[in-house]
Formats: sequence, C-alpha cells, structure tokens
Amino acid sequence: MNEDLSLRDFRRKLINWAMGAVLALAAALVLIPLLSVFAYVVKQGISSVNWNFFTQLPKPVGETGGGMANALLGTIELVLLAMLVGVPWGVATGVYLAEYGRGKFARALGFCVDLMTSVPSIVVGLFTYTILVMPFKRFSAMAGGASLAIIMIPIVARTTEELLKLVPNHIREAGLALGIPRWKVTLWIVLRGSMSGIITGVMLAVARVAGETAPLLFTAFNNSYWSFKLDQPIASLPIQIYNYAISPFEDWHRQAWAGALVLVCFVLVLNLSTRILMRQPRSTR
Amino acid sequence: MTNLNPILEARQINAWFGGTQAIRDISISAQPNTVTALIGPSGCGKSTFIRCLNRMHEEVPGASVKGQVLLSGSNIYDGGVDPVSVRRKIGMVFQKPNPFPALSVAENVAVGLRLAGISKRSVLNETVEKSLRQAALWEEVKDKLRSPGTSLSGGQQQRLCIARALAVSPPVLLMDEPTSALDPISTARIEELLNELKKQVTVVIVTHNMQQAARISDRTAFFLLGEMVEFDETATIFTNPKDRRTEHYITGRFG
Repeated sequence: MNEDLSLRDFRRKLINWAMGAVLALAAALVLIPLLSVFAYVVKQGISSVNWNFFTQLPKPVGETGGGMANALLGTIELVLLAMLVGVPWGVATGVYLAEYGRGKFARALGFCVDLMTSVPSIVVGLFTYTILVMPFKRFSAMAGGASLAIIMIPIVARTTEELLKLVPNHIREAGLALGIPRWKVTLWIVLRGSMSGIITGVMLAVARVAGETAPLLFTAFNNSYWSFKLDQPIASLPIQIYNYAISPFEDWHRQAWAGALVLVCFVLVLNLSTRILMRQPRSTR
Repeated sequence: MTNLNPILEARQINAWFGGTQAIRDISISAQPNTVTALIGPSGCGKSTFIRCLNRMHEEVPGASVKGQVLLSGSNIYDGGVDPVSVRRKIGMVFQKPNPFPALSVAENVAVGLRLAGISKRSVLNETVEKSLRQAALWEEVKDKLRSPGTSLSGGQQQRLCIARALAVSPPVLLMDEPTSALDPISTARIEELLNELKKQVTVVIVTHNMQQAARISDRTAFFLLGEMVEFDETATIFTNPKDRRTEHYITGRFG
C-alpha cells in the first residue's frame, strides 16, 4: 500500500516534469524564427548601415552609394499623417463602443471593427487607390497616409474599447455623483485614467503600420527625392526595400538589407519603449 | 424637531429594476444638520433608496423611479430638472473608496469644481485644502498632494472621496455604507468625522452596522424587504421600537 503510493507519487512528479519540459520546448521553438530573422537581417544589413544611408538620396541606376534618407523621412511623414487621422478616429470609435454603444448597432459596429482588423492590407491599398488616387489621377502622400490610417483605426479602437471596459463602473458613478455631466466623466475621468494604456496601443499600432508595404504600393507609390507635399508621391522605407530587393543590382540589394535592418530596429525600439513605458510604477487598486 | 422644515424629504418613493420592484412607498425626511441612518438586512432596498435621493438609481440600465424627493421644498424629479444639477447639491460617497485613477490627491478633490468650469488656481487650491481639512485628511496628505489618489491607504482614500464630495459644497451628503470596506480604526475616524460634518451638511447614511447607526445618527429608518418598517429618533428605535420586526432585527434575531 505504502509502496503503491510512493510509486504513484513518482509517476505524478515525472509527468509534471515532462509536461514542463514540453512547454518550455514549445516556447523556445517560437523564439527560433524571431531570432533567426533578426540575426540574418543584422548579418546582411549591418555593413551597409552608415552615415550615407541616413543622409543621402538614392543614386541613379549604375552609380553606387547613396542612401535612403528620403524614404526614412517619408515613412515618418506617412506615419504622422496616419496618426493624425487614425488616432482620434480610432479613439472616438473605441469610446463609443465602450461607453455609449448599446444594442444592435453597437454590436454590428464592434463586429465590423474586428473584421477591419483582418482585412488584408493589399485590399486596403486597393480601396484607397480607387477613392483617393483615381479621382485625382495622382499617387500621393495623402493617399498613403489614409491607407495606413485605415489599418490603424480598428487597432486603436479595439485597444481603447478594451481599456475603457477595464475601468470599473463605480468610477463612472463617482463622477456622475459629483454632478459632472456624462460626457465630461467619459472624457476627463474615464479616458484620462486609461491614457497610458491608450498611448501604448497607439504606439503598437504605429509599429504595425510603419512596416506595411502593400497599402503603399499604389497609394504613396515612391519618390527618389525629398517630398513634403501631401499631393505628391512620397518614398517610404518598405517600398524602397521592396524596389531595391527585386532589382538586379548588387548594390541595391545591399541597401535593401540595410533598410530592412533599420525598419526592424525602428519597430523593435518602438515596441520596447512601449513596454518600458507600461512598466512605469503605477499604483493599482 | 419635526416642527422644522426638512431640507430633504422623500415622498412615496417606489423604485424598479426592470420589472422587479425593489422598494415600495418609502417616505422619510431629514432636518438640516442631522444624520439619518438607514439600516436593515442585505437586499432590503436601502442602497436602492439612497440612490433615488440624488437620481443615481436611474443610471442603472432599465431602472426606474416613481415618487417625489423634495430638496428644500422643490422636487428633484420634476420634468425640467437636470440630474446633473441635482447631484451637485446632493453629494454621494460610495461603499468602496473610488478615487479617480491617474488623478493626484489634489486633482481628485478639485475635479468637481474644475469640470464645472472653475479654473482659477487660488480658488481651487483653497477648496482643496478646505475640503481635505473638513474630511480630516489634510494633515496626512498635505505633503503628497501631487501623488496619485490611489496611492493612499483604504481609509485615507475613503476620506479623500468624502473631501471630493464636499468640495462642490453640497448641502446634503449621501453615504452608502462608507465604512464597510474599512478597518475598525479607519471606521472610527470616519464616524468622528461625521459628527463634525453635520455642522455643515445634512447626512443620510446607509449602514450594515447597527452599533454604527446608534453611535452616529439622530434618526434611524429600518428597512425590510423593500419597505420601511419604522422611522424614528435613533434612541427610540434602539430602545423602544414600536414594530416587533424592528425589535427582532435590533436584538439580532435575524439579519
């Protein structure tokens, strides 16, 4: 009897250990693609990331050297444009869904937001092309920014909604009981209380759209020069990488890798800084 | 006492959650500068009733109210009355301390005035200090007015919520079991505080704790199953109740 028990005990411990090992292995396997992609990009790109890369315009075909300065700036411009439209719109949608949306319409809207998150980005590009490129007969930064905004909106909306739903109802009641109108309670108490989380969501959405290529292909198109005009085509890092990668020139391949490395680092830094921001000491209750 | 004009008078209050009636024909009145306690077992409708007194009950989806609540003689349920303006005059403190997250101690107190459009620094600072003093919290927090309100202890948070409610200077303060989430020492502090507060405001307080009602209130209403069984001077309720059910509850035979 006693022996039987110790045997079962042993079996239990063995299974526990084996399960732990299987899970650890699964976790390690997830890291392999991530680390190998990163390592490969670093290996291929690091030698070409230099001062010229960040400061110079692309050189014409045949000439070596040059950089992606305009594409870097272009990506920043496009992301800012996307934020300008996408953040307020997304936050407003999230606030509506969490605070005001009741009934069929709100449920349908929530469903649509979920659908929007999974619309392939090439489709978003095509859509923007038909409404913002075809009528003006011109590729433009505006169209590129709009297509990125369309990708941002559902992400920001969902994050905002989830965060506001975490705010306990008694906080809203406390605001109402002070004689504060509901819209002010929503804006200055509920939303403000979730601000750090919403900023996190926005930054993650930015990290996501910064690397999008497909929606820019036929909206922002490309540009070999600096561009600050919203109604003109504009260069961007992902498109530049794409163009250089499919070109037949060795020097361009080299630069494409450098671009890829910079893009990966940009997204990585954005994600990391978001996490560090999140870890800021926050009192909980 | 009854010959004075009551500051707050509820007449025939009925309240529903959807199709379920929670309270039935409840009428009480409170004289200025008194503490009125509402006691009764869980689910007897005392919290629902107190939320009818500043139109918070209707914030629950599907909830409805019938009856009149007169504040200094005018009905807060009259057609044109905005619940927002009612709640400025009838403040509320909840069971669970609920300081606003991401707001500092000072901002928590000032927020009621700020969002009512008062932005003058000197006025706000003055109100913050005055309200925190009224809530007997000033000495403890005067050096950490800028730290988050949620960083205070539970008892301090509750006094912060009292200060926040007092900052908009309501003549009436409703308290829904304000000490039930607190330890005995914090509870004692809030009870002491009530004695001071009633010099300036009229208090209606829901409590689970009969001793608390006996210690702090001038009049007590006993609620049972959505009805008010008895409403009288606190001393009478606790020593010589008229209704057997009150007596049974007071002596701990049920509830």
